[in-house]
Amino acid sequence: MVDKVLAKSDSFYKIYERNTGANKESTHYCPGCGHGVLHKLIAEALDDFQLRERTVLASPVGCSVFAYYYFRTGNVQCAHGRAPAVATGIKRSLPHSIVISYQGDGDLAAIGGNEILQAANRGENITVFFVNNAIYGMTGGQMAPTTLVGQRTTTSPYGRNPGNEGFPIRMSELISQLEAPVYVERVALTDAKNTSKARRAVRKALQLQMENKGFSLVEVLSACPSGWKMTPVQAKEWINDYLIKQFPLGVYRDRSESVPAVESKRFVFQSADLWTKLDIPTQEPFASGGQPCAGPQDNPRIKLAGFGGQGVLVLGLMLAQAGMQSGLHVSWIPSYGPEMRGGTANCHVNLSHRRIGSPVVSRPTVLVAMNLPSLEKFETEVAAGGLIIYDSSLIDRPPQRKDVQVLAIPATEMADQLGNTRIANMVILGAYIALTGCLSKESITAALPEVVKRKNLVPLNQQALEKGMEFVVSSKH
Amino acid sequence: MAKQLIKGNDAVVKGAILAGCRFFFGYPITPASEIAEDAAYYLPLVGGVFLQAESEIASINMVYGAAGCGVRTMTASSSPGISLKMEGISYCAGAELPLVLVDVSRGGPGLGNIGPEQGDYNQIVKGGGHGNYKLIVLAPNSSQEMCDLTMLCFELADRYRTPVVLMADGFIGQMMEPVEFPPPVEHLPEKPWAIQGDALDENRIITSIQLEPELLEKHNQKLQEKYALIAEHEVRYEDYQVEDADFVIIGYGVVSRILQTVVDDLRSQGRRVGMVRPITLWPFPSVHLAEVAAKVKGFLVVELSNGQMVDDVRLAVECRIPVHFYNRMGGMVPSTEEIAEKVLTLLEGR
Ligand SMILES: Cc1ncc(C[n+]2csc(CCOP(=O)(O)OP(=O)(O)O)c2C)c(N)n1
Ligand code: SF4
Repeated sequence: MVDKVLAKSDSFYKIYERNTGANKESTHYCPGCGHGVLHKLIAEALDDFQLRERTVLASPVGCSVFAYYYFRTGNVQCAHGRAPAVATGIKRSLPHSIVISYQGDGDLAAIGGNEILQAANRGENITVFFVNNAIYGMTGGQMAPTTLVGQRTTTSPYGRNPGNEGFPIRMSELISQLEAPVYVERVALTDAKNTSKARRAVRKALQLQMENKGFSLVEVLSACPSGWKMTPVQAKEWINDYLIKQFPLGVYRDRSESVPAVESKRFVFQSADLWTKLDIPTQEPFASGGQPCAGPQDNPRIKLAGFGGQGVLVLGLMLAQAGMQSGLHVSWIPSYGPEMRGGTANCHVNLSHRRIGSPVVSRPTVLVAMNLPSLEKFETEVAAGGLIIYDSSLIDRPPQRKDVQVLAIPATEMADQLGNTRIANMVILGAYIALTGCLSKESITAALPEVVKRKNLVPLNQQALEKGMEFVVSSKH
Repeated sequence: MAKQLIKGNDAVVKGAILAGCRFFFGYPITPASEIAEDAAYYLPLVGGVFLQAESEIASINMVYGAAGCGVRTMTASSSPGISLKMEGISYCAGAELPLVLVDVSRGGPGLGNIGPEQGDYNQIVKGGGHGNYKLIVLAPNSSQEMCDLTMLCFELADRYRTPVVLMADGFIGQMMEPVEFPPPVEHLPEKPWAIQGDALDENRIITSIQLEPELLEKHNQKLQEKYALIAEHEVRYEDYQVEDADFVIIGYGVVSRILQTVVDDLRSQGRRVGMVRPITLWPFPSVHLAEVAAKVKGFLVVELSNGQMVDDVRLAVECRIPVHFYNRMGGMVPSTEEIAEKVLTLLEGR
């Protein structure tokens, strides 16, 4: 048995304390199992490169689930198939460590097919050891994605039938099609010659990670005498006679020469200048003191609606931003997500002297309607005594409500006269503050650069605001 | 301190980074995507890592790996994505990993829609994944709390070595409100158990497997003891006008904001109505609700679901008073008027 030999490497625990069973000296692998041999090759390489202390092994679900009994390294046991994702999380947070994803063929090629492909495609700087034994060992010999055509397993009792379950999947070839991987080789644990090639491959894959060259994978054709119902000797012969034919040995990808070696940097936690980096303001940009506006327009609950692109969301944001800067409590909820692409947009805004309860405006005291569907949809919701402002250049019928105040303003025409249809929203904003006195012009001016990110548009928006204000003032006379 | 008008989702990311989170693994989904987008923008600026995973399954497993290495790490998603993460969450709970998961929930079942819904209560609060685990679940109801409770999530996760969920809904995620950001956390707790890529790792292990039934039972008992400790110390709720109330309405997340207005409206009509809002959905404020139940005539629970939290309220009051239920689903949000109407109907026994 290989088991005794295992204990000799410094990268194995002297005594396998983590095995809760009685036998703490030898591994749990069956006689002739490839896992034990591969463990030994890995451990020796870790010894030789003095990597043990900074190695972390992500172990799979499968017969090697207990790799952490043996490897005297960091160990993270993973869910079935997820080791490459877990290894990614480990490597990203411990860039100085050597991370191994150790996986069986069910784990890597079936349930974890996506995780391995994506980790390979990202070029994660990890080393994957992939034990292909053409069967599910741990669960008692069921079919694997690598099971040969005609091979009998407990779930392919009549032999694997490609018409039903497809053909054995060649992962090394598949992964070699990707751009990022640096090194992919398939080896076999059979005779001395193949085993020595396997040893070299294991070492090379680890060395590449030491040099931070990127993703490497070694596929290891490996015996499962128990699953195959063979003696260890027969099993090795079967690999040579059958398995290798389906899974030819060799190097499938090697760009190690052309990739430069780089130093790995430890992750260092920094918290300096966080507020600046997170764009968190340290000073109030402006404070005019909340402008209480008497009457029905105090603490307004505002609904703004129109076509997508008319800027109703920005209009709402302007109100909220200016309100906040004036010391009011504010909230803003947009209609969100793909529904907006359909053409209509609306938002709910609250401005209040008190803490705001419901941010959802179900009975608005102010409705801004920038198109007819919005007016039709929301007119009935407006609270009695409320205010409806609508764009009379686009809406040709006035609201039917008699118990509300109505302001018709040809906002789009006015915006067009200023040279940009898209500032109709600011015309309406100007009209709103002039009519209600709810926010000062200064507070809007101060809020503009916070909301309108393209600085060159700020003056035009300001002009539109003033036009809207003038419209109200002149129509009062 | 200056206020910033900011979306709940954006506040989560700033809060997380202020709390010391530097590793985010995510996958886009409305209405949670801003969290991934902001993490992608800010984390590289603060020496952190953002990675868009291939799926929610991969992202929770990346978080599992990073959390096992002791760093503050998180992921965020919405209902269907959370369903996919369930296996990983169970592993994280089993391996006792501190991490933060944000669920900005949406309408279901299936693909449902992106509207605000609270149909994730059962999968998050009651399990969803396999095994005997609990998650600490915090339910913010403002942009400010999206920041503050995210920070608290990281603190609790580390204090108890357990996954913590911030459970919001589409409205709380998408809504903008002023937020005052607290100063950053500068010193993170030591985690001697975590894998660190050094010589001491040989004595450390991150795993959830335990073959021996006796030992797995022990592990489970240890988890239950931890959960009992959490239940004893970490219950959080908010009372609104409960003192002299004779009827109480209960809701969390965006619903609690609507209920606050309902209480104000009904109070202005002379009705003595109050509100209790659970902030921790687990541990649930059962003891407090039982105390309140002793003083009032009835409860009305309002949810954006088919009635999931209401079960916990009913268990808490043990049939001492009637617990009524009102709901909307599918992304519909009740108006203050319809809830007030429901309360009046109940009060007058109409
Ligand atoms: C989600 C999930 N599904 C199924 C299983 C059961 N299971 C355990 S190991 C295994 C297959 C292992 O086969 P392989 O990856 O080829 O490894 P081997 O045991 O042959 O080394 C399966 C299906 C599991 N643990 N988790
Ligand atoms: S079942 Fe197969 S893979 Fe598993 S230990 Fe035995 S021989 Fe090895």
